[in-house]
Amino acid sequence: MKILDHAERADIFNEDEKRVDWHDETLWWIRQKRDKSAHQIPEWENLRNAASAIKSNTLSNLHDYLLEFEKNALQNGVIIHWAADAKEHNEIVYRLLKEKGINKMVKSKSMLTEECHLNEYLEHNGIEVIDSDLGERIVQLAKEPPSHIVLPCIHKKKEEIGELFHEHLGTPKGNADPQLLTEAARVHLRDTFLTRKAALTGVNFAVAETGEIVICTNEGNADMGAHLADIHIACMGIEKIIPKREHLSIFLRLLARSATGQPITTYSSHFAKPRDGKELHIILVDNGRTRQLGREEFRNSLKCIRCGACMNTCPVYRRSGGHSYHNAIAGPIGAILAPNLDMKQYADLPFASTLCGSCSNVCPVKIDIHDQLYKWRQVLVKEGYTSTAKQVAMKTMATTLSSPSLYKLAGKAARTTLKYAPFMVNNKFNAWYLQRDMPKVPQSSFGEWYKINRKNNEQ
Amino acid sequence: MNNRDQILAAVKANQPDLTPLPELDSFFQGQETALIEKFTQVLNGIGGKVTVVADVEEIISILKASYPLDQTRVISPLSSMQEIANNNIDNHDPHALENVELAILPAHFAVAENGACWLDESILPDRVLPFITQHLILIVNKVDVLPTMHHAYEKIGNEQYGYGAFIAGPSKTADIEQSLVLGAHGARSLWVFLA
Amino acid sequence: MKVALFIPCYVDQFYPQVAIATLELLENLGIDVSYPTSQTCCGQPMANSGFEHLAGGCNSLFVKNFSGFDYIVAPSGSCVLHIREHLHDDDEPELAKQIAERTYELTSFLTDVLKLDTLKSRFPHKVGMHQSCHGQRGLKLSQMTELNAPDFSKPGQLLNLVKDIELVELDRKDECCGFGGTFCVAEEAVSVKMGKDRVNDHAKHNVEYITGVDMSCLMHMEGILNRQQSPIKIIHIAEILNGVKA
Repeated sequence: MKILDHAERADIFNEDEKRVDWHDETLWWIRQKRDKSAHQIPEWENLRNAASAIKSNTLSNLHDYLLEFEKNALQNGVIIHWAADAKEHNEIVYRLLKEKGINKMVKSKSMLTEECHLNEYLEHNGIEVIDSDLGERIVQLAKEPPSHIVLPCIHKKKEEIGELFHEHLGTPKGNADPQLLTEAARVHLRDTFLTRKAALTGVNFAVAETGEIVICTNEGNADMGAHLADIHIACMGIEKIIPKREHLSIFLRLLARSATGQPITTYSSHFAKPRDGKELHIILVDNGRTRQLGREEFRNSLKCIRCGACMNTCPVYRRSGGHSYHNAIAGPIGAILAPNLDMKQYADLPFASTLCGSCSNVCPVKIDIHDQLYKWRQVLVKEGYTSTAKQVAMKTMATTLSSPSLYKLAGKAARTTLKYAPFMVNNKFNAWYLQRDMPKVPQSSFGEWYKINRKNNEQ
Repeated sequence: MNNRDQILAAVKANQPDLTPLPELDSFFQGQETALIEKFTQVLNGIGGKVTVVADVEEIISILKASYPLDQTRVISPLSSMQEIANNNIDNHDPHALENVELAILPAHFAVAENGACWLDESILPDRVLPFITQHLILIVNKVDVLPTMHHAYEKIGNEQYGYGAFIAGPSKTADIEQSLVLGAHGARSLWVFLA
Repeated sequence: MKVALFIPCYVDQFYPQVAIATLELLENLGIDVSYPTSQTCCGQPMANSGFEHLAGGCNSLFVKNFSGFDYIVAPSGSCVLHIREHLHDDDEPELAKQIAERTYELTSFLTDVLKLDTLKSRFPHKVGMHQSCHGQRGLKLSQMTELNAPDFSKPGQLLNLVKDIELVELDRKDECCGFGGTFCVAEEAVSVKMGKDRVNDHAKHNVEYITGVDMSCLMHMEGILNRQQSPIKIIHIAEILNGVKA
């Protein structure tokens, strides 16, 4: 089965214009909430500078910080695991559950586990996984991946959610009231929390200085799972490290405001030690991160704190939807992380952009996202991940544009064709023409006009 | 070479030249005004409730007037709340807290800029209590309302807690078409008393 | 002061009136301005498509054409940004650097170098200003809504010198129009939807004209407006500043 690329998927997404408007307006509204929140903090740009500098320092000293984190966590009675890739990560989780004879687990949001396809792996091996974040539970029931890293089912209308809940949770047919649906989820998941012996969470920040991890939620699902389970497994990419506890002040001031405009998530839970008689495991995952760390032009993408602000502001993301990026992480940040994992599969993503630069300017850690998109394009072309047709067209363009006489000839030919044989251009093979008129043909080019009207200044 | 050594070696080989950490001093300045007002405004704005009281007795009378306390399972480690609390948690099994309606807890301090309160294991009878309870009451001293998160972490210092949390409001979600619903998986409501 | 006019390839071919307005505007300000006739293109279409390694010919042609001037001025934010960030010449690296630094987008040349504070032109119409992304976020021609920073606008400043003009405030002040170079055809559906939304924002505020510093954005919006048979017209800021015979 051919895997559609971003443009093809975006094309399909745009078949329902009203739905695109709804998706776009919802996410723009969230961008506006972020703006309002940011504008209430006079030192906002200084916070971004500090966050960026802390993350740069982290990446430049990551080896020692990882050792420091491990040492402190071990001292706290935490068990540390290292996974080179997704496969190893999944195997570690499975082994930990099997060792304890556990075959049902409750999970709170972790984009890393999406990246590793953990749920599929565990289900395939006889472990039931229930996602407890409401948005994640919804897409789990719908058998879809999340479309946004913070708002997993932003692409779903409440009527669709109502249908799902009617089918799976027994809510009244046709009921789409968010209050009622959330209450149903609360009751359904409360039972899950109370009965599961294993809880798996992600990690927002891991503090090298103390060995503690911080998990931020609005729903309280990470805590409900972890504090009731016998084993808490926390999964993190190695880039989630921050040097000191005091740095949390910077990141916790920026994270929720950038993501949704809230001053902070309802819960910012700091886990240092396991509960008495229980276990806390942390899995440190590479899965391509060390390779990205070695890419001078792209390593700054590892500063990401997964706030999603870039997705909310991206005019292309808002009008194509997260699923168009066919990757665990969509949007601008997804487009600069994914090619590192698989250039062939994700060669389309850096081109799904007008390079407008909005993303880089909402990013709380000042990742130069739009510059990296440009740079990935150069890499992907050099590595050969571009169509032959495009290569030929570009070579022709380069030749034409390097020669003044060829350029003038080509320009005149284009204008003449458009003027006298518009049907050659105004047809369905011309992508521009599908929904836009062509420009009008002027009497002459500027160069031609200048020759006649300003002869004296000709060089 | 095992995973750990492999990963660490790759990190060491690929990490860039060292860049310095920034100074955070400037973030402490100019924040000290109208802290109680700010805290109240922010927490009210994110779904919580704030009441300033003269003393702890006032809290008890307010709670008596607001909840049917004799039909409610109320848990509180505070000696001042023993008149209305029923601290029957002898088996230290968090699951036994499932039917707690009201939990009345102290918080070490509050943060004005975002309406958050800090609790750690030293004041939690069980880590799950503030989440599993249907309704959460927090009591903070007025003088312990700090301006920002920078001040918060300065106050926490290098405390070696096993667990701690900032709690800023009732649990909530907006996952269904961005409609805000209070009461997701944690407490349905949060009421902070500044005493 | 010797100024060279750098005209984007598509402006040369399809919108000469913008180049003429730019030329006349500078001439009327007493500037010694000329147009190097062997210029072609800055190379951006290839570079943004991942083929910057093919832009060598364009680069050296640009260096050849534009050396020996104090300033190079173009009625385009994106072309100027491309030159500033990407112009290089292995044979003449220092010269290329110097030329890049001397290349200015028109409105910033008027405000920053000429420090223009009066204009003779009149444009008694309701106008919407489109903030072309590369000029705004790249060249910092005006403040972007993403930042918590003081407001300013070089094009806006100049438009406010034009008599009887009425500038409207849009719902989304600086959202991208969707042109994006080859993006406009490679991701046609999203590109057009973005353009339609931009145009609707202007239409909602009853503008008669949409203006901006980049003809590429305006060309894309004009294509949509004409397909919609909308009465809204596009006009490059150079034409407004130069004075338009209405």
